[in-house]
Amino acid sequence: MSKMKGAQILVEMLRREGVDIVFGIPGGVNLPTFDALHQSPIKVILTVHEQGAAHMADGYARATGKVGVCLATSGPGATNLVTGIATAFMDSIPMVALTGQVRTSVIGNDAFQEVDTIGITRPITKHSYLIKDVQDLARSVREAFYIARTGRPGPVLIDLPVDSTINETDFTYPEKIEIRGYRPQAAPAPSQEQIQKAAEAITQSKRPILYVGAGVIHASAAVELADFARKNQIPVTTSLLGLGSFPETDGLSLGMLGMHGFEYTNLAVAQCDLLIGVGARFDDRVTGKPDAFARNATKIHIDVDPSSINKTVLVDIPIVGDVKEVLQKLSRIVKAPDTQSWLREIKQMRSKYPLTYREKEKPLPQFIVQQISEATKGNAIIATGVGQHQMWAAQYYQFNHPRSLITSGGLGTMGFGFPAAIGAQFGSPKSIVWDIDGDGSFHMTCQELATAARHKLPIKVAIMNNGYHGMVRQWQDLFYESRYAQCVLNPVDFVKLAEANGCVGIRVDEKKQVRPAIDRAMKVDDRPTIIEFMVEQKEDCWPMIAPGKAHDQMLGTFENLKQAGGVPQHRRHEPEEEAKLSLG
Amino acid sequence: MSEKYTLSCLVENHFGVLVRIAGLISARGFNIDSLTVSTTEDPTISRMTIVVDADAVKLEQVKHQLGRLIDVIEVQQLTEGNFIDRELLLARVKANGKSEAELAQIAERYGAKLAHASSHAVVIEAIGDTKAMDRLVEQLRPLGITQLVRTGRIALEKQ
Repeated sequence: MSKMKGAQILVEMLRREGVDIVFGIPGGVNLPTFDALHQSPIKVILTVHEQGAAHMADGYARATGKVGVCLATSGPGATNLVTGIATAFMDSIPMVALTGQVRTSVIGNDAFQEVDTIGITRPITKHSYLIKDVQDLARSVREAFYIARTGRPGPVLIDLPVDSTINETDFTYPEKIEIRGYRPQAAPAPSQEQIQKAAEAITQSKRPILYVGAGVIHASAAVELADFARKNQIPVTTSLLGLGSFPETDGLSLGMLGMHGFEYTNLAVAQCDLLIGVGARFDDRVTGKPDAFARNATKIHIDVDPSSINKTVLVDIPIVGDVKEVLQKLSRIVKAPDTQSWLREIKQMRSKYPLTYREKEKPLPQFIVQQISEATKGNAIIATGVGQHQMWAAQYYQFNHPRSLITSGGLGTMGFGFPAAIGAQFGSPKSIVWDIDGDGSFHMTCQELATAARHKLPIKVAIMNNGYHGMVRQWQDLFYESRYAQCVLNPVDFVKLAEANGCVGIRVDEKKQVRPAIDRAMKVDDRPTIIEFMVEQKEDCWPMIAPGKAHDQMLGTFENLKQAGGVPQHRRHEPEEEAKLSLG
Repeated sequence: MSEKYTLSCLVENHFGVLVRIAGLISARGFNIDSLTVSTTEDPTISRMTIVVDADAVKLEQVKHQLGRLIDVIEVQQLTEGNFIDRELLLARVKANGKSEAELAQIAERYGAKLAHASSHAVVIEAIGDTKAMDRLVEQLRPLGITQLVRTGRIALEKQ
C-alpha cells in the first residue's frame, strides 16, 4: 500500500468510475485537484463560466447516460454551479459536482472565497459530502457516483476542503458499497398483485393511452416500451422530457401532450378511459388542472420513485419499481385490449386537429425546425434553451431515438441549450448536434462559444431571433393586455459574436435562405456554426392550455388558426396512410 | 384535514443530518410541532422523533420524501395507541403562600417534582405523555406560569 495525496486519490477514483472528461475552472483551493488531473489521462475542458461547466456535464450525461462531472473552486465558483445543479436535479440527471472549499480549520470563519456550499446545494442535490478527512475521500467518491446513477438518478456534490486534497493517506479501493439508508438494488420487487391489477385494467380498457416520461429513457426501457405499445396497440404520448423514448414515426405515436402539446393528443388524453403513466411525474405543465386531468380515466402509475406517486394527481394503481422490469412483467401477462375503434377515433382527431401555422412575411421558427428535422432526418441530437423555440422544437422536430432531445424541462433554465450541446457533442462526437435556441436564451450563456470553438466542435446553432423574450411577450399579450414589461431584448449582432469567437456566422432574413443555410451548417465540421434566423417577431406558440385549465379548453386551436389563414402542417416521415394527413 | 402525526426515523449519526431533515420538511411546507434527536443503542445511528402537522395525503408524501434521503435508514409512522410517548417539562410558577397547597396537589396528581424553589417562584419538573403534559400546563396556568419549556415527544413502539 502506498501513500497518496487526496487529489491523486480523487483522480484515481474518477478513472475507476470510467470518467474520461470533466468540465470546470481552476481557482485557489482546487489547484491541487487540477494539478493532479493535469497529470492524468482525463480530459479537462476549461469553460468560460462555471454555469457552463455544470450544463456541459449535464448535456454529456443526457447524451450518453453516463455520469457527468463538473468542477469549480470554492465561493463564487461553487455558487456559479448552482443553476446547473438545480437543472440536473429537477430532471433526474446523473452528475457529480466537485467543489473546492477553504481548509477545514478555517471553515466557518468567513475566509476568502468561502461559502457554505453544502448548505446552499442541499435542496438541489440527491446527496452531498463534505470531506473533512482525506481518509473518507475514496469511499465518498465511490458512493457519490453510485448514488448519482442508481435509483432515480440525480446530482451529488462533493465539497473538498483544500487540505483533504493535499494530505496523504494509504489508498485502498473501496470495493464494497454499504449505505444503510440507500439500497436501490435491494429494493423490494414491484408488487405482483399491483401488476396483475394493472394487467386486468389494461385488458378491460377500450380507450387506453400510455403517458411516457424521461424515466423510460433513464431506465433504458425504450425497447420494452415499444414492444408493449405495439403488442397491445396502445397509443403513446410523451412529456417533453419523454420525447425520443418512442419513435414519432410510429403510427401509435401521439407526440407530446400538455401545455403546448398537440391538440388532438390533449383531446385524446381528456377522453381516454385508462391512462398508463410510465416514468413520468404528472408535472403541472402536463396535467394543467390536476383534478381535471384525464378525469374519466383509471390511472396506472409506474415509477421507480415512490415519492412521485400521488404527488400531484391521485392514481388508482401505483406500481413502484424499475420501469423496464415492470414493463417486461406486465407484457408477459397482459391480454391485449381491443383498441381498434379507439385508434380509428384518434385517427379522425388527428386529421381534424393538426398543428397549424400561417405563413408570414419573415421566416417562421416552426418552418425552420421542420427544415432542420428534414435535413437531419430526425437523427440529430437537439439541445434547446427555454421558451417558444423550445416548444416549437418539441412540436416540429420528429424525435426517433432516446437521448436525442436535451432540454431543461423541470427547472426551465434559459441558457441551458448551448453549453448542454457542447457536453453532448463531447459525449457523442460522431453525432450531429444542433442547438435550437432563442435569442434571449442563447445570449445568457453564449460566452461558451469560445469553449466550443477552441475544441473545434461542429455544433450547429439555430438562433430564432425575434428580438423578444418570446414566451414572455406571448403571455403579456394573453394575460397582461400587451403591456410589454421588459420583454424587448437588448439587441446584439450574433453573426459578429460568432466570428469574434472563431465560429461561422450566418444571417438569414428570408424563407428561401433557410434551407441553404442549414445545409451549409451541416457541411462545417471543424467549428461551430451559428445561424441567426431573423424570424417573425410576434409569432405565438399554439396550441396552448392556459395555466390551471383543462385539456379540452385549449387556446390557439386548429379551428381558430384556420380562420386566420392557417395551413395544416405535415411531418416528413410517416409510415401510415392516415398520419400523412397531418402532423403527428 | 390537518392532524398531528408522529414519525420515528432512524438516521445516520453524523454531521448535517438534522438540517437535511428539517430542511426537507420545511421545504415541503410542513410545520414541525416537535423534533427530538438522540443516539440509539447503536452509537452510529440516531433516532429522530418528529411530530408534524399534516393531512393524510401530504403525510404520505413527507414519508416518501424522508425515505429518499440517503442518510435516513428507516421511517416509521407511529399510530395512535401503538406507542409509548414521553416528554419532560419544566415550568416556572409564581409562588405565594396561598397557591402552595394547590401547587402541591397538582404536582402529586401528575407525579411532578419540585426542581427548584426561590422566594417568588418554584420550578416544577414533570414527565409524562404529551396529553398529560398538556393537561398539567392547563392546571398550572391559573397559578401563573412565567416560563415553560418542553423537550418534545420521544416515542417507542409498544410491540
